[in-house]
Amino acid sequence: MRFKTRNFNDVPSVLEINELTVRLADNDTAPPVLDRVSLEIRQGETVCLVGESGSGKSVTSLSVMGLLPRGALAATGGRIELEGTNLLELGPQAMRHMRARKISMIFQEPMTALNPVIRVGAQIEEVLDTHAKLPAKEKKARVLDIMNQVHLPDVERIYRSYPHQLSGGQRQRIMIAMALILEPQLLIADEPTTALDVTTQQQILSLIAELQEKHGTAVLFITHDMGVVAEIADTVHVMRHGQIVERAPVEELLRHPKHEYTRELLKAVPSLTPRPARSQPEGPAVLSVNGLQKIYSTQGIFSRRGATQAASDVSFSIPRGRTLGIVGESGSGKSTVARCIMRLIDPTEGEIRVADREIARLSRRALRPYRKHIQIVFQDPFRSLNPRWTIGRSLIEGPLNTGEDKKAALKRAAELLMLVGLPDDAVNRYPHQFSGGQRQRVAIARAIAMEPDVLVADEAVSALDVSVQAQVLELLEALQKKLGIAILFITHDLRVAAQICDEVVVMQYGRIVEHDSASNVLSNPRHAYTRALIEAAPGRAWDFANFHELQTA
Amino acid sequence: MLGYIIRRILAVIPVMTIVAVFVFLLLRLTPGDPAAIIAGDMATPAQLERIRTSLGLSDPLHEQFITWVGLLLQGELGTSLISNTPVTQMIGQRIWPTVNIAVLTIILSILIAVPMGVLAAWRHRTWVDYVVMAFSVLGFSIPVFVIGYLFIQTFSIELRWLPVQGYIAPSEDFSKFLSRAILPCLTLATIYVALIARMTRASMLEVLGEDYIRTARAKGVKETVVLFRHALRNAAVPIMTIIGTGFALLIGGVVVTESVFNIPGIGRLTVDAILARDYPVIQGMILLTSGLYVFINLVIDLSYTFFDPRIRY
Repeated sequence: MRFKTRNFNDVPSVLEINELTVRLADNDTAPPVLDRVSLEIRQGETVCLVGESGSGKSVTSLSVMGLLPRGALAATGGRIELEGTNLLELGPQAMRHMRARKISMIFQEPMTALNPVIRVGAQIEEVLDTHAKLPAKEKKARVLDIMNQVHLPDVERIYRSYPHQLSGGQRQRIMIAMALILEPQLLIADEPTTALDVTTQQQILSLIAELQEKHGTAVLFITHDMGVVAEIADTVHVMRHGQIVERAPVEELLRHPKHEYTRELLKAVPSLTPRPARSQPEGPAVLSVNGLQKIYSTQGIFSRRGATQAASDVSFSIPRGRTLGIVGESGSGKSTVARCIMRLIDPTEGEIRVADREIARLSRRALRPYRKHIQIVFQDPFRSLNPRWTIGRSLIEGPLNTGEDKKAALKRAAELLMLVGLPDDAVNRYPHQFSGGQRQRVAIARAIAMEPDVLVADEAVSALDVSVQAQVLELLEALQKKLGIAILFITHDLRVAAQICDEVVVMQYGRIVEHDSASNVLSNPRHAYTRALIEAAPGRAWDFANFHELQTA
Repeated sequence: MLGYIIRRILAVIPVMTIVAVFVFLLLRLTPGDPAAIIAGDMATPAQLERIRTSLGLSDPLHEQFITWVGLLLQGELGTSLISNTPVTQMIGQRIWPTVNIAVLTIILSILIAVPMGVLAAWRHRTWVDYVVMAFSVLGFSIPVFVIGYLFIQTFSIELRWLPVQGYIAPSEDFSKFLSRAILPCLTLATIYVALIARMTRASMLEVLGEDYIRTARAKGVKETVVLFRHALRNAAVPIMTIIGTGFALLIGGVVVTESVFNIPGIGRLTVDAILARDYPVIQGMILLTSGLYVFINLVIDLSYTFFDPRIRY
């Protein structure tokens, strides 16, 4: 693993945050959201701000931009100095003047960060319109120039495109173009690659590095991904509960973490080394999929557009008590397969056997008694539970549908909550009273309430912080041991797959390109695409949990 | 796009057929004999019979329907039982005042309501927001005729700024048209301002929480540009829906206002026709308003593509 080692001692600083305190606007007694945060970024330096959700990373960056939500959060103390000016003292107009010219920001979700009804060319041009008056011709030339610099293909076409016509990676390039067109001194990147596929992430990271080098921009990079930190950081600041608990050059932090919390955070990073193989399964498969195909065709009375093969010729099987992972990037068809198996959508062809019953062709009505054999946990625990229903009501809905007595179901709901590590009085509470990790436990409890043979986990830990992720993975494993459930684990994250799967299926363009035991897929990938995926995984040469290089056997 | 328009127009056929059947049966199945009404109280049975024959009322029902639809397709809505003038001509004379008033009302409503809603959303949970919301509750709850008489009392009788009532076509004298139309339009607009402002506020509130609004602010864009260029267009689809529906309802709902302000529009025509059981006129009015409603809906749906490039038919 090669870390960045440049020394920044003699380099002038661009941004100095001094004892910044941010509080809830109407509540002086609550603990501050940011508690005396100090941070310095020098020319050309990349400072990574790491921490779990709610630690104050984004609040720090929004404070610098002067974009704290009005009426909700307010900076009550400290200074934010950019080239000697205290940004906290600037009026709204002067602050607007700083944005895009001196400080720019790119955000996490390229899907939603661009205005969907304005052409992207016009959105970049707007930066010039706002801050520099240029003749139309020169303006367009500059926009095309920056679009070329962020390596967008066919810039004339993309200039006229709307955001929805571009891929996630392209949209993030547009965001970067917009942020850098006026060559600001400081670029704030708030989890800019979290929503992207690993291979796209790699491209975007190297693009940021390239432009940073070219223009000497200082970068404040906010992330929760230690792999990314290892790849790009000069200096790392670790945040927790609104405070910076540790700061150090990247290599020092990863080798010799001092603060207990930093050590915990690093230990929670799942390793890319697959877990030791478990004994071979006995007994027949509880879920087997054979030649599954899903074709989406768009047709109308007057138009007949092409068909999309979302999945083709997908076959695999899972025995009792085992975990099979489906790994792939967005659009690879992994979620389509999950939804076909759940019969949330109807497969075009192929067979799906659950508990020795072919269900691919069953009608909705005939399917009902078989639903309990196969249950699903979704990605986003914030949206997969009905916010107006108590946890108890969500938990007993399934059992009631299969004819269970309400009292018995409620009693069992309480037991299930204990089983997934939640207090049993949670039955009477609502989803918003729980954290993301707790909600995902509720979602798991809801799924196992039906006593399924197969549990489908569709990116079930992707939205969680690493430490919570580790706990939920442990929970799934414990439940599997106890109940003998087979798990179909769908993920884009190779690290997670390495930790929980016995077997791994790699999908690309709707097809299975590789299918083998987890250790073979991860240590001896045969297909070029699998190799590309593994190579794109950031920080793959570093063993985070043990604070040293990965020992290759 | 063109395919979509054609499909939408084809879809009008079943809708209008159902309307036509309903309208047809209206005359034949309601109590009260049209022939008796026309002939008056003193008519003899022979006179009634003559009138029935001339109206085709004695033929079997399905034959009457076919004849009627055949005439309808030729643009023939029949003749008024009272005034003996063709219905098309009656409506043609009365529709322009109504349309002019309706268009002006909607324009006024949009000009007042949209900025109000935007402002309320921008200053969410401040006094600005509360004032706008209070006004909108008020606009919903005061009956149209009360507002109408209040306006007349204030602006025409007390202040003497505007004529009390009447109508002059805009083609004749535009400023005279405006001075007479402004009060009825404001009257009618109150409820639409309330409705559109509420919808604008709700839609804007949702959009203002979106990521791209934060992006726009991070670019250093002025707040007015953020609101009107970035947010409003994204919030436009539900606002357009409410404006379109409002406009269609307006055409059918101007009765009271036309009475208060003495405007010779189709609202009063309808009322008069209903009171006199002038069935052909009633039928014509129902066909006209439902056709108009279908047409306006189509225009609204097409307008979505203008506001949101992701919507493609």
